[in-house]
Amino acid sequence: MTAVSTEATQQTVRQQVLVLYLASSALDARVVGWSTYDGTGATSPTTGDSDVPPYASGLDALKDGWRLFQAAQLLPPQPGHEYDVSFLKHEFFFEKLVTV
Amino acid sequence: MPHPHQKNLLSSVQMAHFVATGSLRMDAVVPDEMNRQAIEVLDNGIPGVPYGTPLSEAFVDSEFVQRLVQLPEVAGAIHSLVGPEPTVDHHAVHIRKAHEGEAQNLHGDAIIDVRPDAFDVQLMYYPQDVTLEMGGTLSVPGSHLRRTNESDTGRYQNLLGQTRLVCPAGTVQFLHHGIWHGGRKNDSAIDRYMFKIRFNPTVRQVRLWNLEDLYDEDVARELSQSFPWYENATGRLEIYNRVKLWQAITGDDTFDPDYWVTRVSNRPQRVVSQRSVNPHAKKVIA
Repeated sequence: MTAVSTEATQQTVRQQVLVLYLASSALDARVVGWSTYDGTGATSPTTGDSDVPPYASGLDALKDGWRLFQAAQLLPPQPGHEYDVSFLKHEFFFEKLVTV
Repeated sequence: MPHPHQKNLLSSVQMAHFVATGSLRMDAVVPDEMNRQAIEVLDNGIPGVPYGTPLSEAFVDSEFVQRLVQLPEVAGAIHSLVGPEPTVDHHAVHIRKAHEGEAQNLHGDAIIDVRPDAFDVQLMYYPQDVTLEMGGTLSVPGSHLRRTNESDTGRYQNLLGQTRLVCPAGTVQFLHHGIWHGGRKNDSAIDRYMFKIRFNPTVRQVRLWNLEDLYDEDVARELSQSFPWYENATGRLEIYNRVKLWQAITGDDTFDPDYWVTRVSNRPQRVVSQRSVNPHAKKVIA
């Protein structure tokens, strides 16, 4: 019986993913970039679809029920590349599980 | 191509704006009469050009494009950015169809390109009024010096302070080769047209513009600006890198108004104390 109900649960729960890029490695730093992916298929977020971030900080996303599941590591620059600029460094992945 | 008149060259402040933002926009610089012709010309296609064809030879079969690149303000900007007689890398007509469902990923064109003292520019011409719904080009001010390869930035959907182009018909913008950009989804009922040409320089890009205001305070102001999407620490590195680019294109390696480069380059060689006063130093025996 337990196996059946677990399977039923898995069939009705989907993941929504929010990626926030913050101004520093602190989770309560301001949001400078954002992306969303909707596993329910109800919405289709895409590139350049908004000028207003969904939250002011990473902490605000937590307060709204988003669960943090990955944070970017803090890595020292490669020797000789200390002044290079490249990808955004402070990337945080959040999820919500939504019953559909 | 004749040398543009001095008054049509970019100013130093405009060049500094380009170095800081990676773009330069000229609203409604193309006359209405040309904009009205453009859709038919672009629908018919612009003849292909072999890579590296000198600009003066590239569009002999396209009178419209010749007129476009010879408009005084456009020719002045091309000369200021890449110099006399650049070559045409390639050109393309981009049409985002009405209600087209897909946006492009944020990307840099070609491949990663980290030349410290040279750059290509892309001219983008918009013959129609572009509304927000029509999905005008998305670009990210100040992203051109980031060392990333093509669409590896595709995960980034929105960055604070990004530019979603809305412009009047006849607008031309020049973009640094490295700028992050992408065509946005067209949610309108109108097909959106854009024509682009990528130029390669054939001379060293040093002091090619109108230098009268080279040491104007607004030059330093342009170069020191930050953008909302910059992280606190990396934003400082951005200014370091753009000062290095400004030093390269002015040929003046002393220009550093906020001291970001000078401070970390300072390695004095003058020795004050003589080695002989150190009692622990090995005695030199003649």
